[in-house]
Amino acid sequence: MTKAATASDTKYLFKRHETWWVKVAVPRTLRERLGYDLRRSLETHDLEQARQSRWAVVDEFRARIEQAQEERSDSPARHVSKPVDIDAAEFEKQSGTRLIHEHIVEVVSDSGEGAQKCGQILGLVSGKMGNGVWTVEIIPAEIQPPARERQGASGIRVRMGAKYVTNMGDEADMVVAFNEQVLYSRIMNGAYKKGTVVLLESMWSEDPEDRIRKQYAEALADFREQGLIVHELPIQKECLKIVKDPRKGKNMFVLGMLCRIYHRDIDKAKGEIAKTFRRKSEKVISTNHELFDAGYRFAAENLDYEFEIHSAEEDRLESAIVVNGNTAAGLGVMAAGIDLVAMYPITPATSASHYLADDFHLTGGFVHQAEDEIAAIGFAIGASYAGKTACTITSGPGMALKTEMIGLAVMAEVPLVIIDVQRGGPSTGLPTKVEQGDLLSCLYGMPGDSPKVVLAASTISECFHFVILARKLAESFRTPVIMLTDANLATGVQPIERPAVTEEWFAPPVDQSAWDKEVSPYDWDETTGLSDRPIPGMRGGEYILTGLAHNRDSKIAYDTASNQEGMDMRSRKLAALAETMRPPEIHGDPAGDLLLVSWGSTVGAIEEAVDLARAEGRQVSSLHLRFLSPLEPGLKEIFSGFKKVLTIELNYSDDPDAPLINAETRRYSQLALVLRAHTLMDVDCWSVVPGHPLSPRTIGEVIDARIDRIEGAEACSA
Amino acid sequence: MFGLKGDWSLDVKDRYFTLEDYCGAEPRWCTGCGDHGILAAVHRVCRDAQVKPEMTVAVSGIGCSSRLPHYMNTYGFHGLHGRALPVACGIKSRRPDLDVWVATGDGDCFSIGCAHWIHAMRYNMDLTMLVFDNGIYGLTKKQTSPTTPLDVPTNTHPSGALLPPLNPLTVTLGVTNISFVAQIVDWNAPLRHEVIRMAHEHKGTSFVRIIQRCPVYVEAIGKALQDEPARMKLLTHENGVELDDSVKRMFPNNAEHDPSDLAAARALAEDDTALPLGILYHNTDAPRYDQMSSAGLDMSVDEKLSGLNKALDQFAI
Ligand SMILES: Cc1ncc(C[n+]2csc(CCOP(=O)(O)OP(=O)(O)O)c2C)c(N)n1
Ligand code: SF4
Ligand SMILES: [Mg+2]
Repeated sequence: MTKAATASDTKYLFKRHETWWVKVAVPRTLRERLGYDLRRSLETHDLEQARQSRWAVVDEFRARIEQAQEERSDSPARHVSKPVDIDAAEFEKQSGTRLIHEHIVEVVSDSGEGAQKCGQILGLVSGKMGNGVWTVEIIPAEIQPPARERQGASGIRVRMGAKYVTNMGDEADMVVAFNEQVLYSRIMNGAYKKGTVVLLESMWSEDPEDRIRKQYAEALADFREQGLIVHELPIQKECLKIVKDPRKGKNMFVLGMLCRIYHRDIDKAKGEIAKTFRRKSEKVISTNHELFDAGYRFAAENLDYEFEIHSAEEDRLESAIVVNGNTAAGLGVMAAGIDLVAMYPITPATSASHYLADDFHLTGGFVHQAEDEIAAIGFAIGASYAGKTACTITSGPGMALKTEMIGLAVMAEVPLVIIDVQRGGPSTGLPTKVEQGDLLSCLYGMPGDSPKVVLAASTISECFHFVILARKLAESFRTPVIMLTDANLATGVQPIERPAVTEEWFAPPVDQSAWDKEVSPYDWDETTGLSDRPIPGMRGGEYILTGLAHNRDSKIAYDTASNQEGMDMRSRKLAALAETMRPPEIHGDPAGDLLLVSWGSTVGAIEEAVDLARAEGRQVSSLHLRFLSPLEPGLKEIFSGFKKVLTIELNYSDDPDAPLINAETRRYSQLALVLRAHTLMDVDCWSVVPGHPLSPRTIGEVIDARIDRIEGAEACSA
Repeated sequence: MFGLKGDWSLDVKDRYFTLEDYCGAEPRWCTGCGDHGILAAVHRVCRDAQVKPEMTVAVSGIGCSSRLPHYMNTYGFHGLHGRALPVACGIKSRRPDLDVWVATGDGDCFSIGCAHWIHAMRYNMDLTMLVFDNGIYGLTKKQTSPTTPLDVPTNTHPSGALLPPLNPLTVTLGVTNISFVAQIVDWNAPLRHEVIRMAHEHKGTSFVRIIQRCPVYVEAIGKALQDEPARMKLLTHENGVELDDSVKRMFPNNAEHDPSDLAAARALAEDDTALPLGILYHNTDAPRYDQMSSAGLDMSVDEKLSGLNKALDQFAI
């Protein structure tokens, strides 16, 4: 390892709040004990100073890792937690509570058994206890798929950590399964590892049907064969002591178990249960509390897993709210001073409107459920034309229906916020699953030239703040603004910094005093394309908005000059916006072997993978784009600092090694296509459509594989 | 109201509006087109009601008839084919102070905009909705519309429309929560004015189907009725239209019809021997969605701020 620093050398370093920190990745086998990485602040803002002082810390961290490795090889290979029934003696040694850095827990069940609610509450409680949390829902497309189906798994993953968590992580440490079949779909998704602890409902072993008993026995053997540590638990039986039909209620029993295992705050958990059932009777709440208590006791008496997750001081939020991306977007709508949301139900966007339906009245807003998506956006456009701030929320198929209206909003320059919570496409596609497949259709999906602003939120916090930004841009630039999020953000729950509310957000869109009759309704500024708009009610501003080609007076104009001018002016607004933007910030060194470029919800997993690879000596950095139209400036220059530029996306591209695929036939992923056109550089892509978020592990593998192919690239040092 | 100048309500009667104040660009419809007369009626009704041009919005889709906003000197929204109603409803939803008109055609409303038609009727927002039904697609040059009569040749069905025409009245009268359904012919000025006036006065969605002549493409449709007034039936009532005897005499077929009687209205609409003219149905008590959707407009910025904080509190750790 060379200790010479090049101009851009930030090896082992990262910056947080202007201060430089050292970070050394922990080998995978030791993460259970030491966490993902070891880090310490160097307490300096100066990069040069940080470069010098880092080595002492790096050496110390390495020593700790080595020591841990030795200790580990002293004892027989240990899994996450050794179950008592497998090795009683070993357990004795480590009984009592273990302090852990993070754990990934899953609850999987048939649909309708409430696994999600259980995990959501676990996540909420953990967030409230100051832990970093990320939860993702595992959702089947049908409301009630047949029971015990491998494809029908419904559930949730909760990643709880000492530090701020930005993604769903790699394999789970602990899973509670309501039946054995649903575990298979998760196994196929690579959700578990050797040593993952499975707490499995045991009622199936006594099922009256031979077939089911047999399936159960086979699966059990199969799981153990695969290295899962399975404990059979009589959850149903225990719940029957309290309720007649444990299908409703088992989840709260399991929540009790998990709260005991992870030392979660009982009062907070019970408070959340009460909130969940607030529209039901007192009786329902008390029964669920009873189930929770029973689960808690059951775990205390029968399970020997006990963990404590402390919360990291440096990542602790000043004051936090715990929300999913759709609720964040709903709150963002309220905070943006938006007045009307018009929508038509579509997964995974709808829950944003569900939230608004509950609370929008608090800021004087109204949710209109329209007869279809076209009507929804038409309604929003009407309200906006009339001087109100409006928004429409949908997902891919709804976007497809809205295209003509978006074109109208572009043509007639009607400000509008459009939120597209992306799901898998094309057609009805994967309604509940994540994909980043709408970028090109948002950019180019309307007839004719249709320049508009397109942004993509990449975190749950951005789901909130970008609505406010979108509203501002929509009004300042007199244009529709599309804000992209996705199914991963929509259902991911996380504690985020509580936004500091300001009065400014509620400013009315325009001052509605009289309009100077001499000023045209499209009084375009030649340089920026910008103009003010009259609003019905303004005396002197009367004009007829039209979707036909028009001149500055909004008069239908088919002549060449008017058409050219209108097109120019609408397009120029994007250039004017780009003019105000700064180049995006690079995560990692500004030069190196490989640059990953991404957008949307993948940022957390990508940056985690990049940090790890960098800590292992890889010359890799990442760049995350928030603006897709116009693009942030300076991309060409940034790209030129790397030997290879690769987009990482959750949308389709041809695998270069697939049959018939060559340089001419290969179809690139969506951002790659845009960037290739934008920079005229050979931007490559790695993109997949797995229907679930990317894990840091997967991205890490891509980094390794790609760098190994780059000639002259720095080899891995760890 | 939030975002609007508070003193508008004090701005009374210091202005008197003449017909010219409502006239926009010179209409470009064909000579003899029924649209001219309808436009004249709209101008007159606005003048008589002394609505402020800046508080009036004419919304339309696409078609010959949807050019109407350009011929008004008010605000206007000439949007997409079939989509006038969602836009109009959106305007009204948060600006109940505006006087909103909708101009739409038989293709615009009954075909491509069919879903919006049904649902807008049910929303019953305060809109004055005029359907210019010429039984043909005019702007795109003579294609079959849902109301083209059987056997009338068009460019898409040169040997005549294949299916019996849709009856917009029975459809409309079948929608829950309708509040005003009327039918007129463009060429009878007193009836035309009276019905459009009442439609405008009505609080709720007033659906007025106007049999409109398109002499260029389907002259026969209008002519058949003009030549044979017995094929129409004039409905009068003290709660409906009341017309001079001179007008009544133009219609040999005359009947008293109480517009509050929905069953009778449906029966009249279904009777294909005589086209009912006048007000078929009128109900002033139907719930209005614009009154619901405008909730919260009077909130102050301070109230909103504390509302937002309250919302955030629920998720606070
Ligand atoms: C999405 C879309 N489809 C088709 C058209 C073409 N188009 C314009 S007007 C029209 C029909 C107009 O007929 P109608 O609504 O009866 O109005 P009229 O011209 O007869 O008054 C059609 C098909 C369009 N503008 N947009
Ligand atoms: S084509 Fe027919 S409907 Fe269109 S303007 Fe001419 S006469 Fe009127
Ligand atoms: Mg027509």
